[in-house]
Amino acid sequence: MSITVLNPGLLTTVQDQGRVGYQQFGVSVSGVMDPRSAALANILAGNDQGEAVLECTMMGPQLQFDKANVIAITGGDLGPTLDGKAVPNYQAVAVKSGQVLKFTAPKTGCRAFIAFAGGLDIPVTMGSRSTYMKAKIGGFQGRKLEKGDQIGFRAPVDTLPHMEDRALRPEFAPKPVYTLRVVLGPQDDAFTDAGIDTFLSGTYTVTPEFDRMGCRLDGPVIAHKDGGDIISDGIAFGAIQVPSAGTPIIMLGDRQTTGGYTKIATVITADFRTLAQLKAGDKARFVKVPVEYAQSLLLAQRSALKALSGINA
Amino acid sequence: MADVRFLLTGDTSVCVEFGNEISEPINAQIRAFNIALSKSDIPGIVETVPTYRSLMVHYDPEVIRYAPLMEKLKGLLGQLDKITIPPSEVLEIPVLYGGEEMGPDLKFVAEHAGKTEEEVIKIHTSTEYLIYMLGFTPGFTYLGGMDEAIATPRLKTPRVKIPAGSVGIAGSQTGVYPIDSPGGWQLIGRTPVRMYDAGRATPILPQAGQYIKFYAIDQAEFDKIAAQEAAEGYQVKRHPRKEGGT
Repeated sequence: MSITVLNPGLLTTVQDQGRVGYQQFGVSVSGVMDPRSAALANILAGNDQGEAVLECTMMGPQLQFDKANVIAITGGDLGPTLDGKAVPNYQAVAVKSGQVLKFTAPKTGCRAFIAFAGGLDIPVTMGSRSTYMKAKIGGFQGRKLEKGDQIGFRAPVDTLPHMEDRALRPEFAPKPVYTLRVVLGPQDDAFTDAGIDTFLSGTYTVTPEFDRMGCRLDGPVIAHKDGGDIISDGIAFGAIQVPSAGTPIIMLGDRQTTGGYTKIATVITADFRTLAQLKAGDKARFVKVPVEYAQSLLLAQRSALKALSGINA
Repeated sequence: MADVRFLLTGDTSVCVEFGNEISEPINAQIRAFNIALSKSDIPGIVETVPTYRSLMVHYDPEVIRYAPLMEKLKGLLGQLDKITIPPSEVLEIPVLYGGEEMGPDLKFVAEHAGKTEEEVIKIHTSTEYLIYMLGFTPGFTYLGGMDEAIATPRLKTPRVKIPAGSVGIAGSQTGVYPIDSPGGWQLIGRTPVRMYDAGRATPILPQAGQYIKFYAIDQAEFDKIAAQEAAEGYQVKRHPRKEGGT
């Protein structure tokens, strides 16, 4: 085996870009909460953008390397150290056999992503290595990592070409109030005009009820025309459900495939990197943008990732 | 198709809404549109998710942007009556009804309905149930059309673990638990058929738009099918649905 989990941290799971194509059968997509940061970690570690990574939440894990490999850590800064010495985020790092990677304490953000050169030896279930905990599908035995778990590397390396160039500036910076851009809909017509105004002008606070399924916010109550129940329909990543109580819940990677609450808007894909880093107590406000603009931002992000991938050509 | 609405669900999907009620005709339109879309040459479609009254269409904006996709989807809607849609399939699902282990609540359901257990089984097996959609857990079917005569409230205290394959009634709903899970449904029987098996080429058996018809089997037949499922896999009997049901 290649890594041994000495301490799993709060919630560490294997995730790739998600289990696409099975939502019609009731299977959640799962996948990394911040696809961009995970893609950056993979590029730095010499992988395809969509390779499976370890997603760490708040308190990161403690991992012993039984084989050497190159890794890269992106996303929030959870204070990574190697044999007790600080190791940089957003940079390829050659880890020797016997070394211990440990996360000391969260400094900024909520989630970090560890990519391993050559990928992790995790079976592909329904086209994906992502962990879907509720149904015990995929990832490491369908669950979060636990003490004593061992995971192999598929193709470890001692070093990579251009090691010195495999570094990027960390992207996430804490803010007093985060801005999440949204596209209104699908049920924006279920709210009063005043309700929409409340949603777009209020400041919302992340409650302790946030996990991989959803993130519950607290703040000004959003007024419905006629209650928050609908006949169940599909739910997108980033969909903002507003049940009759009037406070929003942002639906995330492990969301159920369908749901019966009104959805006022959807966070744009380009802002998932911010959304994934919110934690209890953080404040956010919502800004409406046209869908065409949201798509332009997403495509610009993707082009930038493709350009960076050139280092692995 | 005048009532069809296109709802924005973010920058990588759109919800095509066919109505605002749970009805077989609306669900049939969704199925037809879903089939037409899968046969069309519209590029960039990633996956589709049929629900009671809408079809969620996930797409890749790198391949097709929002405005041209809308144009193409609206065009396809206009063509819908010219596209041949095959009849829905009926899946025949064998069920061992009753007994302490498999269907511990059949007796209660019969008492509640003022009928014999045999009459409940006869009613439960006489309908083709439309699979409106799947959701909640992998392979869980939202079925429509159960006879109100056997409708029974949920258990007051849910069971902690209900085995996969359990067939139950909750209010006027009926269905099969695809995986072991907690639940409050009245359990009237169990099928040896695996509705969900992650290791299979087609992990989930039922599809939205199909129908399920239950039929009663005895213990010997149950054991035989269970053994086949455990070995090479059991092929569920299926047939095209006749117009208006059987």
